[in-house]
Amino acid sequence: MAITDPPRIVTARMGHDDSHTLERYLATGGYDGLRAALARTPEEVAAEVDAASLLGRGGAGFPAGRKWSMLRKNPVTYLVVNGDESEPATFKDHLLVERDPHQLIEGVVIAAYALQVTRVFIFLRGEFALGLERVQAALNDAYAHGAVGRDIFGSGFSVDVVVHPGAGAYICGEETALLESLEGKRGFPRIKPPFFPAAIGLYGDPTVVNNVETMSNLPWIMTHGGAAFAALGGGRSTGTRLFALAGHVNNPGVYELEMVKTTFHDLINAPVLGGGIPHGRGLKAFIPGGVSAPWFGPDRIDLPLGQDEVAQAGSMLGSGSVVVMDDHTCAVRAAWRITKFFSRESCGQCTPCREGSGWLERIMERIERGEGREEDLDLLMDACDNISPGVAWPPQQTTICVLGPSIPSSISSAITMFRDEFLVHIKEGGCPYG
Amino acid sequence: MSESTPIAPPRRAALAPTTPTHLTGDILARARQTIALYPEPRSALIPLCHLAQEQDGWLTPEAMVDIAGLVGVTPTEVLGTASFYDMLHTEPVGRHVVAVCTNIACLLGGAAELLEHAEESLGVGAGGTTSDGAITLEEAECLADCDRAPCVQVNHRYVGAQTPGSFDQLVADLRSGARDADIPPHGTLIRVRRTTGIEADPAAVAEERRAAAEARAARDAAAADGGTA
Repeated sequence: MAITDPPRIVTARMGHDDSHTLERYLATGGYDGLRAALARTPEEVAAEVDAASLLGRGGAGFPAGRKWSMLRKNPVTYLVVNGDESEPATFKDHLLVERDPHQLIEGVVIAAYALQVTRVFIFLRGEFALGLERVQAALNDAYAHGAVGRDIFGSGFSVDVVVHPGAGAYICGEETALLESLEGKRGFPRIKPPFFPAAIGLYGDPTVVNNVETMSNLPWIMTHGGAAFAALGGGRSTGTRLFALAGHVNNPGVYELEMVKTTFHDLINAPVLGGGIPHGRGLKAFIPGGVSAPWFGPDRIDLPLGQDEVAQAGSMLGSGSVVVMDDHTCAVRAAWRITKFFSRESCGQCTPCREGSGWLERIMERIERGEGREEDLDLLMDACDNISPGVAWPPQQTTICVLGPSIPSSISSAITMFRDEFLVHIKEGGCPYG
Repeated sequence: MSESTPIAPPRRAALAPTTPTHLTGDILARARQTIALYPEPRSALIPLCHLAQEQDGWLTPEAMVDIAGLVGVTPTEVLGTASFYDMLHTEPVGRHVVAVCTNIACLLGGAAELLEHAEESLGVGAGGTTSDGAITLEEAECLADCDRAPCVQVNHRYVGAQTPGSFDQLVADLRSGARDADIPPHGTLIRVRRTTGIEADPAAVAEERRAAAEARAARDAAAADGGTA
């Protein structure tokens, strides 16, 4: 394993202060991918994305090409871009919408052409005030440039793109909750099947929902070819991917890395990447793909950053966000905070999630406060088992969406890996880390 | 019921629009432009709530009545939707909403200590508003700026990682108006106006909608057959 030096597919312009402007975008090959796409048939464009084997970058990792092909049997009517980035410690789409909004827009129009849709909604979380302004400004410029709107670049193809602000709800990152929200309702996930967006999406019409990063890869794929993209990475994990590194590292940030070629050890420790753990401390644990994912201990540090590799080891690469905890971190406190998050963000539709998250948070909180009981550990695992029987990974589904079954991840990880720490909290009435 | 004949979600005709009395001027004009961007007016409900907050600083009952009339739902449906979302305030808030993230990455970066300091120095708990009406303090979930932990937003604009000392300076600047140029008052979310309407050929869009409605009707009919067979 080594750190490879792949082409920068989605972060090529990030070195420029004016990377969000049309001038910089055009000076660096901007909208060439769209021109290349419009010169071909929609079917050829879709085939090129199929050839890239681009996996969706939102968290579930579903192949984008296959998502599109599910739709081609229907009259596709909407494309919706999921920019509701809210998985804790995930901040890659934040970078893409603020620093390269034209790349997103170009990708969106390429996808719209391949799918032959006439209306696209870019759903951005409302807390991205600057991102919303940047994308709206870029969209205004793109319309004026002829890259969006009527008869794009004289091709005869027309599509309108609308930027839609969310209003603060983690669950709206779930694609059917996002569609409900886009219809002006509470963000309640829909039951699926039968309501997969490809069949019954926005307003009950067939809809494709793709992530911001997925869209941002399309301009490069059109100019360099799907085969060049598929040649990067390894196995099913093709291309590069944005990894958001946070927590106890010297250089937190977003890194574009070739899939599979780099290990968690390199991401965390390489001087050009994470730069190691501050204050010369050791690694206690890390979360490999967002707080829904089970934690890994130092023994998994040499795993490659690949979707299947992480899944086989019992967790998920998820949204590509890695949280590092040093050996002075209180595992109980970390797991409690994550549980509190799920409790706050549960939409409340399903009993195991709504009630279970609240129970788990209260038990975790009293243990962290030093008022826990020894039987609380079994009680926690029992409650986890009620939310997701077996507390395995991937989890058993008991609820409409995957939020509920993700709740036990941090608690069961912390109890399995750091049981002694829980017992110290309980027996000594407080946290050993102060 | 087989998977190939799914039940369509319930659809209800929109209520007839009514004339707004509370939203005015530029805000009302932008509200109407926003509605025109969506195939169904109700989709503009949340963007309109943001616009109402731009006018009033928070989402007032009067604004909700107007929004209901504009998008064809009842005021209760506006409240029912708005109350789901953290950013829509159905009670008054301060001129500035200061959100301190305490989720995992920020927690590891000292966010709990920062929030404790903020509560002490402002004299209000999380969720509270200072007596001068200047600041509402919030404990936020992840705001997606985790490489600058602990993350703080003012009116949903990032202000970078904060220490207790820099936080106090930030609050002083907010109170004095020193940050007014880059941080508009709470409620103003998107200062960039959309310069175009919908450009695609209306006939082509109408044809697409007609085909979709036909497909939907065929699907519903198939589902009904499946249900009675």
